[in-house]
Amino acid sequence: MRALTWHGKHDVRMETVPDPQIVNPRDAIIKVTSTAICGSDLHLYDSYIPTLQRGDILGHEFMGEVVETGPGSTLEKGQRVVVPFVIACGQCFFCEHQQYSACDNSNPAEKADMSEVLYGYPMTGAFGYSHLTGGYAGGQAEFVRVPYSDVGPIVIPYGLEDDKVLFLSDILPTGWMAAENCEIEPGDTVAVWGCGPVGQFAIQSALIMGAHRVIAIDHHSHRLALAKSMGAEIINYHDVKVREALTEMTGGIGPDAVIDAVGMESHGFTIDNILDAVKTTVKLGTDRTHVLREVIMACRKGGRVSIPGVYGGMADKFPIGALMEKGLSVKTGQTHVQKYLPQLLEMIGEGKIDTTYIISHRLPLEDAPKGYKMFKEQQNEVTKVVLKPD
Amino acid sequence: MSKDHVERALESDAPLSAAVHQRDVGKEAAEERGWHEAALVGRSVTINRPRAEVYAFWRDFRNLARFLENIERVEVGDDRRSHWVIEAPAGRTVEWDSQIVEDEPDSLIAWESLQGGDIKNTGRIEFSDAAPGRGTLVTATIVYDPPGGDIGKLIAKLFQKEPKVQARRDLRRFKQLMETGEISTSAAPDAGPRGSFS
Repeated sequence: MRALTWHGKHDVRMETVPDPQIVNPRDAIIKVTSTAICGSDLHLYDSYIPTLQRGDILGHEFMGEVVETGPGSTLEKGQRVVVPFVIACGQCFFCEHQQYSACDNSNPAEKADMSEVLYGYPMTGAFGYSHLTGGYAGGQAEFVRVPYSDVGPIVIPYGLEDDKVLFLSDILPTGWMAAENCEIEPGDTVAVWGCGPVGQFAIQSALIMGAHRVIAIDHHSHRLALAKSMGAEIINYHDVKVREALTEMTGGIGPDAVIDAVGMESHGFTIDNILDAVKTTVKLGTDRTHVLREVIMACRKGGRVSIPGVYGGMADKFPIGALMEKGLSVKTGQTHVQKYLPQLLEMIGEGKIDTTYIISHRLPLEDAPKGYKMFKEQQNEVTKVVLKPD
Repeated sequence: MSKDHVERALESDAPLSAAVHQRDVGKEAAEERGWHEAALVGRSVTINRPRAEVYAFWRDFRNLARFLENIERVEVGDDRRSHWVIEAPAGRTVEWDSQIVEDEPDSLIAWESLQGGDIKNTGRIEFSDAAPGRGTLVTATIVYDPPGGDIGKLIAKLFQKEPKVQARRDLRRFKQLMETGEISTSAAPDAGPRGSFS
C-alpha cells in the first residue's frame, strides 16, 4: 500500500510499504477514505517529539471502511468508522473510568519503558505518533490496523459525509474536552490562545456549554476571522498587548477560564520565548512555554486553566507563584476521545456542530508531503489539510 | 554494615526491591541460600480481574510462556514440578527444573529451582486484593544466582536488558493478557506475540 512515512526533520515521503494484517483477535483493518494532517503532526515534522524512527507511518486523524476483522472485533465488514487517535483497551481501571487516554494496556510492554522513565508511568498507545506512544503505524495510508477495534471506532451512518465526521478522530473531541475542562458557569468569559483547529472547536464548544463570552488570541488574521465568524471576540497579539487587553475587556477581573491551544511550539517575540527557542535549538531540552506562562498570568483569581496544547518535556521559568497565589486549577491531558464520540456524533447529525468550515485544502494522499510543507509554511491560509487515497 | 542498610529498609512499609542498597539486599539473599551471589527483582502490578482468576492463570505454569518473553516453554510434570526452557542462539537451550515450595490458593505461589539446572533461582508471586473494585495486586519477587562460564555468557547475551526491565515488561504483558485477552503489539504480524489467538 501507499503511506506517508517520516525520514527526518522536514522530510516525509510517500512510499510503498507492506499492507497491515490482523495480529490480535480484537483487531480490524480499515481502508482509509479520509485522513487529515494535525497541528501536532507538525511537532513530528519539526522533530520536536523524540523516538520517531525512519519509515514510521504518520497520521492519527483518519476514517474509513472496515475491510477485515479479527474474531474478537465487534465491527462488520463494510461499516464506515471514525477511529479515535487514542488506542484504548476498554478493560483496565482507566478505561473503566472513561480515562481512555490513560489506558494502561495499549502501549506495548517493550515501548512503555520510555514514557515511564519520562513521565513516571507509561502513556497510552496512539496511532502514528512516535514510539513513546507505542510505535503504531498511522492513518496517512491506504490501510490501517486498528487494535481493540471493539472499543475505539464509532460507526458512522451512511449519509453523513466524511468531511462532517472526520474530526471526531481527534480535534473535535479535543476542543470539546478543552472547553469541558474549563468547567464553564453562566456569565463566564473564556480566553482561548491559538485559533488552529483545536482552538476553533474549543471556541465553538465553550459557547455551546454556555460561556457568556469567548475571546480568541492569535496572529493569523484568517484564523482570527474564522474565530470571529463562530462568535468569538478577537485579539491579534501582533497589534495588541494581550494581557492588558484581557484585563480591560473583563473590567479588571481577568478571564474566568483560559485555554492554551498552542502548546510547545508557541511563537512570539518576547524575551522568555526567544530564550526557550534558543534552548530547544541547542537541545537543552525545555519546551517553549510562552503561551502557558501567559495563560496563567492572565487567568483571574480562582480561575481554571485548560491545556489541550501538547507539551512533552520540561518547562523553564514556570510561573508557579501565580498559579499558587491565585488559586488556579489546571486540567490537561490527551483527549479521552472514546468518551465523547456518541454525544458529538449526535450533535453533528443534528446540525448543532459544524466542523467543515476549518477545511482549507483537500489533496490526494499522494500529495501528503506537499500538504505538510504548506501547513507548516502558510499557517494563515492553511487551516486544515484533508487527504484522500486513490 | 550491610545488615544495617537492609534492616533499616525493612522498617519502611516498602518492598525490599525498592531499597537503596540493592547490593546489600542481594548479599543477604545469597547468604540465606548459600549461593555465590544473588540479584533480586521485584515488581508489582494491579490487574483489574478477580484474585482467584489471576491466581489460577499463573498457577497453570504452561500459561507463563505466553507473557514471559524469554521463556520458550514451561512443561508441567506433576502438581509441584515443572521444567523451564529458554531457547538460546545456535540451537542451544538453557533449562532447569523447578519445584513449588509454597502454594496458598488465591494468595501465594513460591518456587525454587532444583539442583543441576542452568540457573539457580527462586520466585514468589503474591496475590492480594487491591482497594475494593480495583482488582488484584500482584507482586513478583525473583531472586537468582547470575551464572558464570559459558551459560552465563549465553544468558547475558540473551537477556541483554536488565532483569528489572525484563520483569517490568513481563508483568505488563501479564496484565494485558488478563485484562484484555491479548498482548498489545505494534510489530508486524510475523513478529507478533505468541499464542494470543487461543
